[in-house]
Amino acid sequence: MATLVFFYFAGVIVLTSLLVVALRNPIYSALSLLIMFFHVAGLYVTLRAEFLAAVQIIVYAGAILVLYLFVVMLLNVKREERYHQQFPIGAFLGLTILTEVLLLAYHRSSANEPALPLSQAARTMSNGQSVATGVAPAVGNTETIGEVLYSTYLFPFEVASLILLVAMIGAIILAKRDLFGEGKS
Amino acid sequence: MVEVGIKIGLSITQIAVVMGVVLLTVMFLTLAERKVIGWMQDRMGPMEVGPYGILQPIADGLKLFFKEDIVPAGANKFLFSLAPILALVPALIGFAVIPFGPNLTVEIFGVQFQPFVISDINIGILYILAFTSIGAYGVILGGWASNSKYSLLGGLRAAAQVISYELNVGLAIVGVILLAGSLSLVKITEAQSGWFWNWFIFAPPFPQLFAFVVYVISSVAETNRMPFDLPEAESELVAGFFTEYSGMRFAFFFLAEYANMILVSCIAATLFLGGWNAPAPFLQFHGSWANLAWASGVFWFTVKVYFFLFLFFWLRATLPRLRYDQLMRFGWKVMLPIALGNILITAIAAYLFPRG
Repeated sequence: MATLVFFYFAGVIVLTSLLVVALRNPIYSALSLLIMFFHVAGLYVTLRAEFLAAVQIIVYAGAILVLYLFVVMLLNVKREERYHQQFPIGAFLGLTILTEVLLLAYHRSSANEPALPLSQAARTMSNGQSVATGVAPAVGNTETIGEVLYSTYLFPFEVASLILLVAMIGAIILAKRDLFGEGKS
Repeated sequence: MVEVGIKIGLSITQIAVVMGVVLLTVMFLTLAERKVIGWMQDRMGPMEVGPYGILQPIADGLKLFFKEDIVPAGANKFLFSLAPILALVPALIGFAVIPFGPNLTVEIFGVQFQPFVISDINIGILYILAFTSIGAYGVILGGWASNSKYSLLGGLRAAAQVISYELNVGLAIVGVILLAGSLSLVKITEAQSGWFWNWFIFAPPFPQLFAFVVYVISSVAETNRMPFDLPEAESELVAGFFTEYSGMRFAFFFLAEYANMILVSCIAATLFLGGWNAPAPFLQFHGSWANLAWASGVFWFTVKVYFFLFLFFWLRATLPRLRYDQLMRFGWKVMLPIALGNILITAIAAYLFPRG
């Protein structure tokens, strides 16, 4: 049953991701991206990461994709032909990455490593229980993420927030052209 | 196998009851809004259909049902049909996690069953935020697919407005989550039991009064209601994003707007005003009547929700519409700093004086 659900989500994700780049109408591309976000969130739910699923929808589907749509509608592009002449380069890059993925998958299956660093952390929190059975029911998924983020991964977390702060300041500088001048912005 | 069947049956019954109540409330609200605004403006409101016009919603419904369904020339048919559904479904789906009454568990045919909440998931409030943000797609796509400049402008305004004010809604809620220590709406309500000063709007260590004001204003903006109804400003854009819609498709947008109003009122009542908790312990059934406590719980929840719904009408009758740049400046330069400051102070207060 779980495998069936996984393959449903994975299949739809692959299909809609292809449609995002293959469709000519940018609005349809954005809509298939929306369907893809929902299925990624569905995958998170099957992995018992409800918090990540909700954040996935709030951030990507609720904010970022709306901005995409906003720009597409503002420019009023009905059909985009310019970006469909890069097939050779795209195919070359795609093939390279596909080979890489297959090689990595082969190595992983032969080496039998643990899948993700986060699952390791979750494992230690649930006292040696396997990840598939989920985190101990007393501690919710959200609490686990919070604990891990502010203890094990504190440094990467702070670095990420610093990068975001730099990006934000950069965007403000770019938008406000005469920041030190006298003219009105 | 039988157990699963009973579970599914109970869930479907529950969903049907909640949807029925929501849709009936919408029907009632359409009349109540016209009556309340009429009285505020010293008019009578609708008076023709039935005694005192109380059958007006039925007449409106029949009219919408039999109206010709028009798809404008040059419109994108697929998206034009999809948009009203995309607007309505997220508005209704949010009610799945709202606790309408006390957190009871009864056993029916050997199946555990919570009668007053369809599904108490541990990320309840995030679930609602996720789906309310999806509602914007219906408005944006409806505006785009209509192939009309008024609709397109309305859709664009809706996109900008929803993104700006959703942020404030999310940040205003964080203070409550900090104090409650949970994302589940049932647990958040249970953390506010007892007297009314335990409600998060008044609660120690730091009352969420500022968050409450930010939440209410932002939710009015998010539901595209007066004075933030720029996506459908009739004096500028005819009717905004649903200019080209008629008949049942228009009714879907209409239902979505009112269902969203009820939803944000339910969230405000749950998060800030204690949900089903009575203002004082003696104002609910207790002692020998204790097994009827659920009735008073549902009553208090309804009272709080209707308070917010009345607030929506009151604002609409009182305030003029904002200009677009005022709307953006207000959202980003006034509401956002207040919400952020509230989080900072609440976090410090919750650290220094942890709740027992």
